[in-house]
Amino acid sequence: MSRIIVGPFNRVEGDLELTLDIEDGRVASGRVAATLYRGFEQILAGRPASDALAIAPRICGICSLSQSMAAAAALRGLTGARPPRNGELAANIAHAAENIADHLTHFYLFFMPDFARDFYADREWFPAVRARFKAVEGAAAGDALPARARLMHVMGLIAGKWPHSLAIQPGGVTRALDLGEKMRLIAVLGEFRSFAEKTLFGAPLEQVVELTTPEAFRAFFADGQGDFVGFLRVAASLRLSALGKCALPLLSFGAYDSATGFLFAPGVFDARTGETAPLSEQGIAEDVAFSFLRETSPNPALALTIPDADRENAYSWSKAPRLGGQPAETGAVARQCVAGDPLIRALVAETGGTSVFSRVVARALEIARLTLAAQAWARDLRLDEAFYAEAPTPVHGTAVGRVEAARGALGHWISVEKGLIQRYQIVAPTTWNFSPRDAAGVAGPLEQALVGVEVGEAGAKAPAIQHVVRSFDPCMVCTAH
Amino acid sequence: MGISRSFSPPINLLWLQAGSCGGCALSALEHGASGWFAELKSFGINLLWHPSVSEETGSEVHAIFEAIESGAKKLDILCVEGSILRGPNGSGRFNRMAGGERSLLDLVRALAPLAGVCVAVGTCAAYGGIPASDPDPTDACGLQYDGGESGGVLGRDYRSRKNLPVINVAGCAPHPGWIMETLQALASSDLAENDLDALGRPKFFAGHLAHHGCARNEFYEFKASAKVLSERGCMMEHLGCKATQAIGDCNQRAWNGGGSCTHGGFACISCTSPGFEATRNLHVTPKIAGIPVGLPLDMPKAWFITLAALSKSATPERVRKNAEADRIVVTPRRGK
Repeated sequence: MSRIIVGPFNRVEGDLELTLDIEDGRVASGRVAATLYRGFEQILAGRPASDALAIAPRICGICSLSQSMAAAAALRGLTGARPPRNGELAANIAHAAENIADHLTHFYLFFMPDFARDFYADREWFPAVRARFKAVEGAAAGDALPARARLMHVMGLIAGKWPHSLAIQPGGVTRALDLGEKMRLIAVLGEFRSFAEKTLFGAPLEQVVELTTPEAFRAFFADGQGDFVGFLRVAASLRLSALGKCALPLLSFGAYDSATGFLFAPGVFDARTGETAPLSEQGIAEDVAFSFLRETSPNPALALTIPDADRENAYSWSKAPRLGGQPAETGAVARQCVAGDPLIRALVAETGGTSVFSRVVARALEIARLTLAAQAWARDLRLDEAFYAEAPTPVHGTAVGRVEAARGALGHWISVEKGLIQRYQIVAPTTWNFSPRDAAGVAGPLEQALVGVEVGEAGAKAPAIQHVVRSFDPCMVCTAH
Repeated sequence: MGISRSFSPPINLLWLQAGSCGGCALSALEHGASGWFAELKSFGINLLWHPSVSEETGSEVHAIFEAIESGAKKLDILCVEGSILRGPNGSGRFNRMAGGERSLLDLVRALAPLAGVCVAVGTCAAYGGIPASDPDPTDACGLQYDGGESGGVLGRDYRSRKNLPVINVAGCAPHPGWIMETLQALASSDLAENDLDALGRPKFFAGHLAHHGCARNEFYEFKASAKVLSERGCMMEHLGCKATQAIGDCNQRAWNGGGSCTHGGFACISCTSPGFEATRNLHVTPKIAGIPVGLPLDMPKAWFITLAALSKSATPERVRKNAEADRIVVTPRRGK
């Protein structure tokens, strides 16, 4: 048995370190460490409740608006505020734009460049993949980055700017769009749709979201064009559906809530039985047995975050969230399984759990679904109605704001007394996915997914490790905050 | 005078993320009509390594740092994003570079003297920013400033190889143009020390106030104020807006195609200033005897109060009504 250490881990948001024990050329056990702690929960305590809207988004520069949405939801929980219909729609459009941009950034900048490494030079698909996806040099970034920047004009219209906006409030959004702006919004989304259809999928989005079985999915893209098709060829050649498997409960807090309900429903999906159970908030606990943090309460509503850099046995700044006592995976693949997407459920069933392949496919299909949804929401804005309703100032109480960031379930637990924050706990998607071990010694989802991965001669440099880690699209700055 | 190029292309740029949210890098990625990479290339900038986009990982990255430290690789521009976390107890262990025992604190101290020029990207790297908020859990500060005090981890006397102090591209997050125009000006040797303001910020954006060009200026002139978020009036009197005190050409260039904070309907929180993170109740204007505590940066207080009273008495009905509405309720027409 030998031990290897992998890091820094670039092309993720933030940094992480893996410690892997290798036996017979395969990972026998793995540990993942978050290497940065900034103390946001300590900074939030003692501030007026509404300051969470300025501080919490700054945890993360890539899912900043999701953090805004969670903070606003938590504050709403304290006062019972409800935004007007336009406020919900506009916030959801901005949230969808961020979610799509995150998936796009992951695909083009973070994930695909690993297949353009010289390691794969002898594969028949390599010249095409290298030309398109080579980090910094590949041609695809010249298409995807301007498309991403143009999509983010949604933020200029709804959120003022991105990242780090104060536009998302408990009472809705801070700006009412006029007719010209509504038309610009529709135009921006339409342009992004053209990019997605021409460059990413090589197919109309309505057809992409209608694919319900793996057979239909494979046949549809078999002779296709587009960057996603390039991924499918690589995935078949490298058997990415057998890589980085994880068979844990799949968790979603539910996404794009409004008066008419969720676009993607909340719940917990069991890949082995195909059953969906309702979410039990009481079942969520955080363990710090292997974290550089002091023991307080496992209940996020009562817990504090107090650093202890010298804690024995600790190896990560991240806490270890558990659902009903066990780890859970979250993200687009979980969200779509819970929401009932037949294709993603079938892909997960085929492999008895999630894999590098199903994680990436779920994100791509979500780009298609969200683009269509955002277009419909934009058309649905009623310009003679308000976008914002004044909300009361929170004075005391406890609440939880639950949303789905691009990377999965995001929760903000807040306690307020005399208008000031007493406690604020944030459990982010990658806190779930890249959690360290818990007191029972149970490994987190990534740690489990790494077991069995073949590293061969390449050791720490094995691209398979990179594929597994990046398939989760980790956001380490959210993980420990 | 001919064009002098003190950097010879390719200009090697290394980007490090310290106690950062990554938002400055994501902002920069929005720049360039043909994509950020093409834009960097057009100015002769070669990314030695950038954590968000480069291929090199793990030991390959440590090898790049070693090559810079041994002198084998020339470092022209060092960009640092994020606060430098000095804690606990000066060890820097709150922010370790994975794959070794080294802290970002140690790495930045080692590399900055080797850099042709050192750029703090964002208010965190410039002054400390949000992580330095009370109770400052990680002993966070900026590269050459600790809040508004000169010093930081590099010290007030720090000079890069090109004899420049740290260039502070402040903002949370900075406009993509602020980042890229600074890097471009450095690449073409067009940025000198006298192009910086007293806090090390390039004057091309720091010479302006966020207030300049604000679409709410007419409301400001007449002190026609919004009382509730989403109203169109000036946000200075009631809603905490600091645009008349904050540096930045925020309202003279488009954010994400046409936005800005005040355009988006929320207050400027002066994110380009050291110590902006200390403000509480960000959407409430602190007042003494009904007068906002923070008046426009360089305006005599007595004048401001006199002019405000005068302009309030002269406010047209259109301006007064629109100020307290979320949309235009009275359109412009010729007065009687």
